[in-house]
This record gives sequence, structure tokens and C-alpha cells, in this order.
Amino acid sequence: MTAYHNAVSPTAAARPSALVQALREGAVAALVMLGLSFPILLFRTDQGPSLQLVLTPRVGLVATLCALAFAARVLVHLNAVRRERAAAARAANARTVAKGAEAAPGAVARIMGTIGVPLFLGMAITFPLLASLAAGSLNGARYWIDLGILILTYVMLGWGLNIVVGLAGLLDLGYVAFYAVGAYTYALLSTTFGLSFWICLPVAGVLAAFWGIILGFPVLRLRGDYLAIVTLAFGEIIRLVLINWVELTNGGAGISSIPRATFFGIPFERGEGGFAATFGLPFNAMHRIVFLYYLILVLALVTNAVTMRLRRLPIGRAWEALREDEIACRSLGINTRNTKLTAFSIGAGFGGFAGAFFAVRQGFVSPESFNFLESAIILSVVVLGGMGSQFGVAIAAVVMVGGPELLRHLTFTKAIFGADFDPNDYRLLIFGLAMVVMMVWRPRGLIAHRDPSIVLKERKAISGSLVKEGNG
Amino acid sequence: MEVFVQQLINGLTLGSIYGLIAIGYTMVFGIIGMVNFAHGDVFMVSAFIALIFFLLLTTWLGVSSVAIALLIVLVLAMAMTALWGWTLERLAYRPLRGSFRLAPMISAIGVSIFLSNFVQVAQGARNKAVPPIISDVIVLFERDGYAVALSYKQIIIMAVTTVLLTAFWFVVRKTSLGRAQRACEQDRKMAALLGIDVDRTISLTFVLGAALAAVAGTMYFLYYGVVGFSDGFVPGVKAFTAAVLGGIGSLPGAVLGGLIIGLVETLWSAYFSIEYKDVAAFSILAIVLVFMPSGILGRPEVEKV
Amino acid sequence: MRWENDPILTVEHLRMRFGGLVAVNDLSFKVGRRDVTALIGPNGAGKTTVFNCITGFYKPNEGMLTLRQTDGDAHLLERLPGHRIAQDARVARTFQNIRLFSGMTVLENLLVAQHNTLMQASGFTLAGLFGLPGFRNAEKAAVEKARHWLEKINLIDRADDPAGDLPYGDQRRLEIARAMCTDPVLLCLDEPAAGLNPRESQELNTLLLSVRNDHDTAVLLIEHDMSVVMQISDHVIVLDYGTKIADGTPEEIRNDPRVIAAYLGVDDEEVEQIEAEVGA
Repeated sequence: MTAYHNAVSPTAAARPSALVQALREGAVAALVMLGLSFPILLFRTDQGPSLQLVLTPRVGLVATLCALAFAARVLVHLNAVRRERAAAARAANARTVAKGAEAAPGAVARIMGTIGVPLFLGMAITFPLLASLAAGSLNGARYWIDLGILILTYVMLGWGLNIVVGLAGLLDLGYVAFYAVGAYTYALLSTTFGLSFWICLPVAGVLAAFWGIILGFPVLRLRGDYLAIVTLAFGEIIRLVLINWVELTNGGAGISSIPRATFFGIPFERGEGGFAATFGLPFNAMHRIVFLYYLILVLALVTNAVTMRLRRLPIGRAWEALREDEIACRSLGINTRNTKLTAFSIGAGFGGFAGAFFAVRQGFVSPESFNFLESAIILSVVVLGGMGSQFGVAIAAVVMVGGPELLRHLTFTKAIFGADFDPNDYRLLIFGLAMVVMMVWRPRGLIAHRDPSIVLKERKAISGSLVKEGNG
Repeated sequence: MEVFVQQLINGLTLGSIYGLIAIGYTMVFGIIGMVNFAHGDVFMVSAFIALIFFLLLTTWLGVSSVAIALLIVLVLAMAMTALWGWTLERLAYRPLRGSFRLAPMISAIGVSIFLSNFVQVAQGARNKAVPPIISDVIVLFERDGYAVALSYKQIIIMAVTTVLLTAFWFVVRKTSLGRAQRACEQDRKMAALLGIDVDRTISLTFVLGAALAAVAGTMYFLYYGVVGFSDGFVPGVKAFTAAVLGGIGSLPGAVLGGLIIGLVETLWSAYFSIEYKDVAAFSILAIVLVFMPSGILGRPEVEKV
Repeated sequence: MRWENDPILTVEHLRMRFGGLVAVNDLSFKVGRRDVTALIGPNGAGKTTVFNCITGFYKPNEGMLTLRQTDGDAHLLERLPGHRIAQDARVARTFQNIRLFSGMTVLENLLVAQHNTLMQASGFTLAGLFGLPGFRNAEKAAVEKARHWLEKINLIDRADDPAGDLPYGDQRRLEIARAMCTDPVLLCLDEPAAGLNPRESQELNTLLLSVRNDHDTAVLLIEHDMSVVMQISDHVIVLDYGTKIADGTPEEIRNDPRVIAAYLGVDDEEVEQIEAEVGA
């Protein structure tokens, strides 16, 4: 229909029919929405007095949703028609400006590179200060610093996984397994042998890397989605073993009272020998939180520094080459299996470090912290950031982990939807929706271009459309 | 021996449910080479749809015959879930077709997270239980006080599965839709050049897959009488395992794989440990993929140089 | 014949089956150490299969592939894992459909080719991680070698562009340069002239002759473009239906009636007729 009208008369006759068509499309959308919500939204099942399920109809909700679907579809359609018409007009007028679209990402990248990274780093370093200034006191900033720790943990996990997915092009859906190995390593070693965090941290990383080799060895010759599914299965197996091997892991109840972090041996305690007393400060529980913040910041920055360095070494270039074309790599004498294993185990090692940090921060670990959803969140941070782009991953972690936290503060929604409405219930719902929307909007992630690892004369960013995503 | 026969029956019942879900995975993978991560959650949604329709029919509309109610529930659940399948493909996967390989996968994971949380928000986090719908059993034989029983539910599940699979088999083998599907599987561009509406074919693939998942969902609801918002993930992964085990892309393979996974799960639970039954299923997945990546009935993939 | 006396590669009784299809059947030939050897034949004759067996992408069902280095060391290619063939036996190859690392720059492509040398210099990453001088010197040398090849293939000005952005002919030359950066003793080229215009084709000839003369590398190529084959080959082997039907100098091959028959697809009686015509 649209094509026909455009062909005949692109301007005059199309106007009324476009509206009619938009309305028709809107009606279809509303009908689809009605169909989708018909049983599952329209009737809520609740336990009645005699434990029987009873149905509560919610006509208003469904009607609202259908109206929204109608309006959204009409607007989208009209917008598309308008854009189509504008494009047709431009095509008729003169040569199209195809170059402009190409140049834009490069410019954005340059600005990001010169201003964005230092700005972001500065923000990260001064964050506890900024947060306490904004909140009025250090204690008031507790929530924000905790959120900062959470985001940085995902930044670190994202950077670790980026080695596997972004550089080597190996799709790992079970990354959380290595996070779990790290967390349980610290939890078990500290509670049973009383080892300190600073001894356990490297052990956790090494053990996780070791597990990476064990799990990676048989499966790394698989390609694409198969590798993804096997890694997912491994992640689940490790979680199920943690649940069921009660003698070792205390099962689903988890391990509690894990020793807290110390300032290189000086505990954050009130009184003699504590951190505050040693440095002549008044005691404040926030010291530990701020210390944890800087600890994870340093861990994340180390991850980043090592990754950036590795990218410029033969091993890193081999990873990227592997992502581009495995067969060509083999023809050049690269041992593809070992190269994949190094990527897998180094990525796993960073996951292990992050896991040990998680355990020391929480003081408690249980298998439920390491479910598939965690892997999915970490992977989405990597892919949405733009595979291989360290800065993109950091932004994506802020958006994907920090964004849903905003929901906690939308208290005005209670005024609209009633007092028992808690926007926080919609956190994961919106998270899932955001994953879909971001993918449709930018399938290659926020920062899609690639930076060359070595330069002869002039550094040029490589357009994301040339970079392959690997099939391993 | 008695335990074994009983577990065989239970395993085949469970296996038919896995097989029905597995077909959705295998068809979608065959045609667009994508693991539809959200399929397990589509199955869970369909179980909820079945539950609500069942309650609607029995408590509000006063349908007294359970058989008629179940039949209507099955048809309606298939239709409604098919609509879900169509919508998801249209909104979350079609815009990403032909783009970056990881994009549809991430999108599917997003859909999966969305669906389970949507149901949680819409219906609450509690498991929804109904009193046993049909509880009659046929005692096949009895020895040493152990009765081997075949319940009506199990008969219904196996019969419905067989009938619908036959009908489905007819659709993909003998109709133009099936032909278009196979053409798209081989070469989507060429199929489009030959006048096949590729978009429509892929849409229909999702619709068919979702409808079969709805059959599985209805049967699951009938069998267990309990549904919860997080019930999609594990059966989803197991059904995917079944699809891989049978050889991904092969429809009979999906059913065969489903039956094997069902049997392994029940026998493992009976003879080894019920706690590790999921570990067994996941381990099979890993072992099959590593040692037999093309599955039982699949075609081996030849590496093109 | 040179290739009989000092072969770098000896293929004996090679046989490769795919299901019921015998792609290569009892094939034996030799590749001379200082030769450009061309492997020709109609489509589907099994040429690429032979290449894939030599370079380790397929494991042959039967047969022996012996590669002899100048110092007398011999490698049995059919027993080496894929990457070892490039690493130890020093056989490099290019592909019929170009396989560059398209998202990496031209320079990066050439450095990846020197992976094993650089890997050793970087102390398997540890020395490299701390930027020890040994590694930095090795990297400088690798860049120099890349620069040398870029000048040779006229791509020095595009060193920092992504390989995927290059025009087709440049990509072909870059793939050859990349293979040469592994320091091969035998370079296998799968249809290097396909899709090139006459000028590019001429440049390719010069490049290949220089590979043979200046770098002491034997060249084995599959080619359909007879102008390339006849101009630069020292030795031509003709395959048809997986078996060798002729083997000799370009002159001999040009006049071989069986070759003409294979290419023109005639039956036996006509072969005799053709033989009479060409005066064989």
C-alpha cells in the first residue's frame, strides 16, 4: 500500500491515507495487545479463602494498555511516513548525503576518547567525596557508595568477560561460574583456614583461571551458539553442585560470617588496633565501605590495564584474529585451541578476583547469587557496551546496573498507581525490555568502532561494520 | 522391575512435554540459526494461560465436564500463545535479522527476562496450584505391594502429543508452508528470489513453535497442577538439550531427544539422586555437544575452507 | 626434471573421500624446490581438496605428504595438526575466498602472521606484559618485515586502514604478503588471480616470481587463468576427477591431448581426432 502510494504521488494523495493507515495499524496493535493480555493480565489469580484460586478481573489495566499500544503504533507509523517522505524529497532534490552518517560515529568516538574517559575516571575516583558532599555527610552517602561498588563490580566483570567475548569472540553464558568459584574460594579458605583476604585474592583468581582451563578444554572447539549453551550448562552445573554439596558449601543456606576486609591487616573496628585508632580518626563504619569502593576501583582498573596491555601483545592480537577468522589463524600457524584457552582462563581469572571481592564485601555467599541471570546481565553489559570497547562496557554497566536502581526513587508513581505500587518490582521487567530495545536500537553496542592495536603512521578508528563478532 | 516400568511411564510422559518444547527450538534454529532463549518462557506463559482459562471455564462459566474444559483450554492456549510467539518475533527478533550474530541472542535473553518478570508482576510471585484435575489411574500390574500405574493424565498427555505431532508433521512435510520453511532453511536469499515470503514463513515458524509450546504448557499444567513464573528456564534448557541431542534442525530428533531426556531424568531420580537430576540433564547436554555435536539424527556440519 | 631430483613436497597415493564421493584418488606428484608449480583442472577436479590436505585442513584417508626442508629435515604433513604445518613445516597458504582479518588493519594482519616468532619473543606474554627490551626489539623487527612487504605490494600508504576496506585486488596481494610473513618454504595459493584485471594479474606474476627468486620459497598454485599459469609456471600438474592426467612443463601440457579433452569435455574417439590435429 505505502509503496503504491509513494510511487503514484509522493506528496498530495498520500496525506489522508497515511492517517487512515496509521489508525488502522493502531487498531491492529490494540487488538494484538488485547489478545496478549487477554487471559494473563485481565485475570489475576489469587488464593481465595479456601485455598482455591480465584480470578480477579482487571479491565481498566488492559484497556489502558490497549489504548497505549494504539497511540504508540499510530505515532510510530506517522513518524515513519514522515521520515520516508522526507527521504524521498531529499532523494528527489539532490544527491544524498551518505558521508555524513559515516562521519558522525567517528566524531563521537573522538570526543569520547579525549574528554569522556578522563572525565569518567575522575568521576570514579572522586565519587565517594562527591556523593558525601551531595548527601551532606559521609554516612548519608552510604547508599550511593554502595551503588558505586555494585556498578564497579559489574564493570570489572564486564571487562573480564570482554576478553572472552569481545576480544576472542567466544560466547560464554556461564561466566558467573568463575565468579562463584572466586567467591567460594575466599569464603571457604577464610572460614575454614582463617586465611586473610590478601592471600585468598590471588588464590581465587588462579583457581578460577584453572577452572576456566578445565571447563574450556573440552568445549572450546565448539562453535557459536553451541559454545554458549555448553557454557550455560556448566554455569548451572556449578550452581547446582554448590546447592547440593552441603558438606562443603552448606548448600542453599550459604556460607555466612565471612571475615570482613581489613586495611592490609588492620581491621575496620572500633577501639585499639582498629583502622580509625591507628590513623587517629574518629571511628566511622563508613571507612570500610569507602575502602571497599577503592578496592574494587583498583581491581577494575587493574583488569582494564592488563587487558589494554594484552591487546597490544601478540596474544591479544591473536585473540582478535581468532574472532575475525579462525581458519586463517590456523593457516598462519596459530595454535587456536591454546589461544582460546588463554582468553578463557584469563577472563575467568578476573571473574575469580571479582568473586573474592563479592564475598568479602557481602560477608555472605549463597548459590542464588550465581544464577543465570547474573551471567545474562554481565554478557549484556559487554554486548551493549560494544564488544571489545573497554569504555563502552563501563558506560553500559552504569546504564544497565545503575539505571534500574533509579526505580527505587520514583516515589511519585505511588501517587499515580496507588500506595501498594512499588516501582522496584518492575526492575527486572524493565531490564529485560531495555535489553531488547538497546539491541534493536544499536545492535553493535554503544561504542562499535575498534581501535587498532598498533599504528605505523596514523591512528584511525575502524568502523564496527567491518569487525567480525567471531563464531566460537 | 516394577519401579523401572513405572519410571519408564513417567519418563515418557515428561519426555513428550520436553519433545513438544524442543520442536520450537529446533525449528527456529533450523530456519534462522538462532537459539530462541525465550522459548522456555513462552512455554511458561502458556501454562499460565492454560491455568487461567481453566479456572475461567470451571469456576466462572460453570463448564462441568473436565474433558470439554481441557479441550477448550488447549485450543485457546495454543491460539493465545501463538499470538505471543508472533508478537515476540515481530518486535524483538525481526528488526535484528541479518545483523550482528549476537544481537538476536541478547535480545532473546532480554525477552526471557521480560517474560518471567512480566508474569511475576501480573500474577504474583507465588506458585499457583489447583486441586488435581484428573486423578484416576489404571493399575497395570501389582507385585510385592508395588503397583505399576498408568494415570489417565499420562494417557491424555501421550495421546495428545502423538495426535498433534502427527498433524504437525503433516503440516511441515506436505503443505506449501513446510516446503517454504525447508527452502528458507537451505538458503533464505534464494528462497526470497523464488517468490517465497521469507518474513511470513519465519513468522509462521515462531507461531507453530509457540503453539506446540502451548500444548506442552497445557499438559504441564494438567500433569503437575502447579505453575510458577520461574518454571520456564529449566524445562527450556532441558528441551534445548533434547533438541541438540536429537540433532538440531531435525524434527523427529527433537521428539526423540525429548523422550530420552525425560527418561534419563526420571530414571536418574529413581536410581541415583533426585537432587542431581538437573545436573544429569545438563551434563548430557555438555557431553553430547562435545562428542556428538550433530546429535543422533542431525547432519554433520562440514567445515568449509 | 628439477622437481624429480629435488622436490620440496612429495605427494604419494593421496586419497580423500567425502561420504561416497572420492574427491582425490591415488594422486602422486612432486613439487620442485625452486619452482612455481601450477595445479590446474576443470571445476570439481579436486584441486582445493589437495590443497586442504597439504595445509592440514583435511586429514587424507590414505597417502603420504612429505615436506623436505633444505637442511634435509622431513615433515609428514598428514600427521601434523593444522597449525603445526605452518609453524614447523613452514607451509603457508591463501584462500579461494579471501580470508583476511577484515576488522584489523593491514599492519595488524601482517603482525598476526608473525605470531609464533613474536610469542616467543614476548616470553609467552610474560616478558611482553612488562615491556622488556627483548620483546620491543622483536616487535620492531616484525614491523620492519611488515613494512618491507607493504612496500613490495604497494600498500604502505594503507597500512593503518582496515583490511576489509581495501579493494579486491589489494586484498589478494595482502593475503599473499601475510602468508609470506610466516617465512614459508612452500607457499600455496588458491586461485590468486581470480577476479583480477589484466594489470593486477601482471603485478601478481611479478610478485610471485619475486617470491620464488628473492625469498627462496617454492610456489604451488591453483589457477584457472591460463595466462598466469603459462607465463610463470615451471611445472604444471593437471587433475581431472581427482586423478592426475598430465604432469610436465607448460609446453608439454599445452600440447597434451588428454588435457585438451578434459577441458573441452570430449569422448575418446574425438581425443584421437584431436591428437591427430595437434600432431601428437
